[in-house]
Amino acid sequence: MRHIISLQLENESGALSRVAGLFSARGFNIESLTVAPTNDETLSRMTIVSIGDDDIVEQIVKQLNKLIDVVKVTDLTATEHIERELSLIKIAINNESQSRIETQFDQFDAKIIDVSEEVYTVELAGKSQKINDFINAFNTDEILEVSRTGVTGVCQK
Amino acid sequence: MKLNGAQILIDCLKNEGVKHIFGYPGGAVLHIYDALDACTAIDHILVRHEQGAVHAADGYARTSGKCGVALVTSGPGLTNAVTGIATAFTDSIPMVIISGQVSSAVIGNDAFQEVDAVGITRSCVKHNFLVKSADDVAQTVKKAFYIATTGRPGPVLIDITKDATIAKIEYEGYPETISMRSYQPEIQVDEEQVAKAIAIIETAKKPIIYSGGGSVIGNASKALITLTQNTGFPITQTLMGLGAYPATDKQSLGMLGMHGTYESNMAMHDSDCIIAVGARFDDRITGNLEKFCPYAKIIHIDIDPSSVGKVVGVDVSIIGQVNDVLQVLIKGLETKKLPNIDTWWKQINDWRLVDSMAYKTKQGVIKPQTVIETLYEVTGGNAIVTSDVGQHQMWAAQYYPFDKPRRWINSGGLGTMGFGLPAAMGAKIAKPELDVACVTGDGSIQMMLQELSTMLQYDTPVKIINLNNGYLGMVRQWQEFFYDKRYSMSYMDALPDFVKLAESYGHIGIKVEKEADLKPALIEAFKQKNRTVFLDILIDPSENVFPMIPAGAGHHEMLLAGRDDMASTNDEGLNLV
Repeated sequence: MRHIISLQLENESGALSRVAGLFSARGFNIESLTVAPTNDETLSRMTIVSIGDDDIVEQIVKQLNKLIDVVKVTDLTATEHIERELSLIKIAINNESQSRIETQFDQFDAKIIDVSEEVYTVELAGKSQKINDFINAFNTDEILEVSRTGVTGVCQK
Repeated sequence: MKLNGAQILIDCLKNEGVKHIFGYPGGAVLHIYDALDACTAIDHILVRHEQGAVHAADGYARTSGKCGVALVTSGPGLTNAVTGIATAFTDSIPMVIISGQVSSAVIGNDAFQEVDAVGITRSCVKHNFLVKSADDVAQTVKKAFYIATTGRPGPVLIDITKDATIAKIEYEGYPETISMRSYQPEIQVDEEQVAKAIAIIETAKKPIIYSGGGSVIGNASKALITLTQNTGFPITQTLMGLGAYPATDKQSLGMLGMHGTYESNMAMHDSDCIIAVGARFDDRITGNLEKFCPYAKIIHIDIDPSSVGKVVGVDVSIIGQVNDVLQVLIKGLETKKLPNIDTWWKQINDWRLVDSMAYKTKQGVIKPQTVIETLYEVTGGNAIVTSDVGQHQMWAAQYYPFDKPRRWINSGGLGTMGFGLPAAMGAKIAKPELDVACVTGDGSIQMMLQELSTMLQYDTPVKIINLNNGYLGMVRQWQEFFYDKRYSMSYMDALPDFVKLAESYGHIGIKVEKEADLKPALIEAFKQKNRTVFLDILIDPSENVFPMIPAGAGHHEMLLAGRDDMASTNDEGLNLV
């Protein structure tokens, strides 16, 4: 099952590699990982998406809690939460496809942020599934490049 | 007061109560050694190899219960230390390792003797620090000792750059207290969990206490004895736990696991209630997980939540210092009616009759088991025994019943050959009043031989019991059982003359070839109170360690010595090796 694990950790050099190293050393899987400082500049927020059975995720959470730099670990999936991901996607266009493609942009609420003769670059935020669906809405040769941030999230309470 | 970073470091160590440092100098730590030279409160032991420094600090820590301290230089100094650090990490030993680092200005430039110490050690330390400024030295040392010695203990590395040791700053003294928002090792015992455990214990018919290294490291021996004796339950101990409960007591079933006693393993297999105390269900203990303790409800007491449910699912977990949890459990059980387990004891006593530790003596050869039994007799069971890794380690664990904690010092988790000799040196420095024996083999001893030189320089008399069979015995045993006797690279041709070797290092060497000479040689060795004596004992090269649970088998599928049924395993089992 897919789990979103949210960490607060000391904003110190090496903290990221401790977390990443833990996943590789123990054979845990990382689907995505995002990290940035929070409003408290001494703390970073890291959001990890991992896929595993409940007992593996339980181990992940326990092992993360053991890291000295980690202040708090929350399995967001176990609570009411909001998740979002940002993506920048380059899409090839031509006269023939333009109107079909723009309709898709409207449907998904994708924002065109750069236009060149044959390429649109759009920004799309939402749940990961929405971004997957958006990408799948085009022909594979129309998608030129995809850059996704990975999921970030917060508890609703 | 203006001090340089190195002087601050040494002052911090002094204030932390450090009495002994094991180390080896080099360019990056010259300032630290200079500051150490001016400090009379700390003795430094100059080892001959950095791995020896860390093992010696480890042996010192295991024996004394204090935090061990090692000091090494950058680059190869640090990489040599890594095996020792990993050894301590696997067995949860409190230790602070200080390594020099190149100056902060050249970090990342592939400078002379530069390695990424923090990166290399990350997965085998409890925590590590890179100190790049003299301003951070005092806080970091305080944190390092706090982290190493609290919660589940472990090694902490402080990597300190050369410029941080040179810079002079205003030093305000060693911090008295420390608090870290991200590390709070104090755990309140959850009484509800204890109540749940008691409910299981009350209805048990076949209970057993399974105690591990946590009982030793957590100084819970007294509480463990009280619990065991108040309940009247049988107790079995892991390789790491030996001594926390007296092995010679009638409630002790001996060690369990791969080379444990028949009664321990059968009792675990048949038990309906296992009280795991500071033990982590290591694969050498459980054997085949699918066959592990099929009837038992498991109560798991441990300081580390990640130990719970990692290998085996448990029914009740109680997180906390083992000693704290046992106190609450003992108190809770006082008012309860405990089950009558006479039938269970009768069953256990029947298993005992199998006499799984029996071995056949043979005219003209010295059996390793006899050596250990004689060692026990000659030392009155009171020695500190360190070991290396292999067959001799198992024989020492099996035939030297330890009645006190911190007397059996071995690399149980990582299985580091070469551990025994430097650990013995560290143990002797920690407890000079006790006899220290290092039980080793002709393979292991050659991995850290150079420390014989250190032992002369610092006058740390140890008795080395070399069970010499000319083989890497445990490898040979597995090849005999599971690889159709193809003895690939397990034979050690061209062994040195260990007697002359010991003598050349300034120690006494005695070769023992006949059983009749064994006891007199051991008596003579221990009579030499102030000398290190190397006993090179030629043992039966064909002897194997029994009993044994072959890899992949269950606790109830043990192989006993002298039986015709040859050990066997399958591919799945060999994967577990």
